[in-house]
Amino acid sequence: MQTDAWLLPEGIDELLPDEAQRLEILREKLLETFANWGYQLVVPPFIDFLDSLLTGSGHELDLQTFKLTDQISGKMLGVRADMTPQVARIDAHNLKNDHPTRLCYVGTILQTRGDTLEKSRSPMQIGAELYGHAGKESDLEVIRLMLEMLAVSGVLNVHLDLGHVGIYRALAEEANLTQTQESELFDVLQRKARPELKELLESYNLADDLKTALLKLPGLNGDKTVLAKANVLLKFKKVQKALDDLDAISTALARYFPSLSISFDLAELRGYHYHTGVVFAAFVPSIGKEIARGGRYDNIGAIFGRERPATGFSADLKVLSAINKQNGIEQPERELIFAPYAEDLNLCETIRDLRAQNRAVVQQLPNQIGGATELNCTAVLAKNSEGVWVVETLCIATL
Amino acid sequence: MITIAVSKGRIYEEALPLLAKMGIKPIDDPETSRKLILPTTRADVQLVIIRATDVPTFVEYGAADMGIAGKDVLIEHGAENLYEPIDLNIARCKLMTAAHKDAPAISGRVRVATKYVTIAQQYFASLGVQAEIIKLYGSMELAPLVGLADCIVDLVDTGNTLRANNLEPRELIMNISSRLVVNKASMKMKNAVIADLLAQFEQVLVENKS
Repeated sequence: MQTDAWLLPEGIDELLPDEAQRLEILREKLLETFANWGYQLVVPPFIDFLDSLLTGSGHELDLQTFKLTDQISGKMLGVRADMTPQVARIDAHNLKNDHPTRLCYVGTILQTRGDTLEKSRSPMQIGAELYGHAGKESDLEVIRLMLEMLAVSGVLNVHLDLGHVGIYRALAEEANLTQTQESELFDVLQRKARPELKELLESYNLADDLKTALLKLPGLNGDKTVLAKANVLLKFKKVQKALDDLDAISTALARYFPSLSISFDLAELRGYHYHTGVVFAAFVPSIGKEIARGGRYDNIGAIFGRERPATGFSADLKVLSAINKQNGIEQPERELIFAPYAEDLNLCETIRDLRAQNRAVVQQLPNQIGGATELNCTAVLAKNSEGVWVVETLCIATL
Repeated sequence: MITIAVSKGRIYEEALPLLAKMGIKPIDDPETSRKLILPTTRADVQLVIIRATDVPTFVEYGAADMGIAGKDVLIEHGAENLYEPIDLNIARCKLMTAAHKDAPAISGRVRVATKYVTIAQQYFASLGVQAEIIKLYGSMELAPLVGLADCIVDLVDTGNTLRANNLEPRELIMNISSRLVVNKASMKMKNAVIADLLAQFEQVLVENKS
């Protein structure tokens, strides 16, 4: 016998009944929440043409995607590593609405390298996207929905980080950076590596005000005073617009969620190749990285035929479910009735009726090992003195 | 509570005076104490003493909020999931190639012994040289002597070990110094404390310079 036949590939996990049930209950609750906000569920395919999957994304998603050749078309297929581009395609190509479209999705994605922290290569991505509106109001709506998702999941002490990739984009544009320079700068900004940043900027031929602005960018993080500081430091029209948006969004959020802790990071460039405006992420203490994130990514639909403003967020349902468990959120107790094995039409009918009433019945098999106790049943079906099958609740002591 | 990860040895010795100027002194001496978590004179700061190569891992996972790590270790580990805001200018040395002093200049395919696999691969690729990397965990200098490799990539401080083994430094790959690294989530969630610590570090560095 092969001794490691049970072994799963690295970063691939399976959920056992308790965890699976918790996840499923949470999944239902979250989809219901999304539905209550007017977000319609879509189910994109697990596998797709690679070109379509990688639309508008950076090199990172390309690396993360498992690829195989389609024997029918001869083209490359990819297993989705992120569902957002698929949902954008559904909006741009299939729905063709002019009005705002709200979509949500949940499904397993596969990543070649996985996430460095959870070490998972098969997250269950859950998210919501809002297409067709280009203002800060839609950003605010999806941020609120993300916070709602976390609240429903039982996540406590959420910290929200806000940024705006338009700020760096505007500075880069103003400075007329070449593509190489822009990506060099991007690399050091992402690491807030100030010494390297200084060296790089010295080597570029930039106006002094731009040099100062870019040099100060990694330091612009913290509470709301950052926006005021940035207003003084970054006197560029497009930047000012971005700062105003962040200000308005955080003011509104503070009103809706008075106890929410919010920070700003104007050099946050996560998803820079993809995002075009406000970006946001939710953190919780004791987890060293964000548990949900999102942002604006206008015009990704262009390649599918229609440019649409877009904003949205996603998270890993498995992570949310794990936090839900960690925070000790109780699962609803479910009744399970144990029915004996008997060739009795009345018994059959009783069981059928109970199941039709949405009550769970498990029936004994002949010569089976264990009974009601072993199967964690909370009740048994027994014949009363009049020969009628009735449910008798088992008291806890006998369990 | 802020946890700072530091590695034993040279980095620890050179970081200690910096930390001391900020009022952060470990209460126990790691050389004599067996504790891995060292409380300090600042009640809200503790140190964890770990292997140098583990510092980025601890900080990336948020097991430590901050850390002090050599640039060599950061590049080898891949540091895009960390912030590295400050060059502490301590534990300075050079990452170099070295070979037997009579060895000819490299040509064609070259065998390189190193513990810096990623850096060596990138460096030789940038030269357009096909390199066969042999990962070693120590005593790199031995490799060219016993015919295991044509050259080595390693940190060079004084060069004494190289000379003692008939090797000579060849090309400089990069200058190395220790960086202060910060966990991304900590930077956001504990921003006030961390921003304050960063400012203190910078001030101490400025004072040291003058």
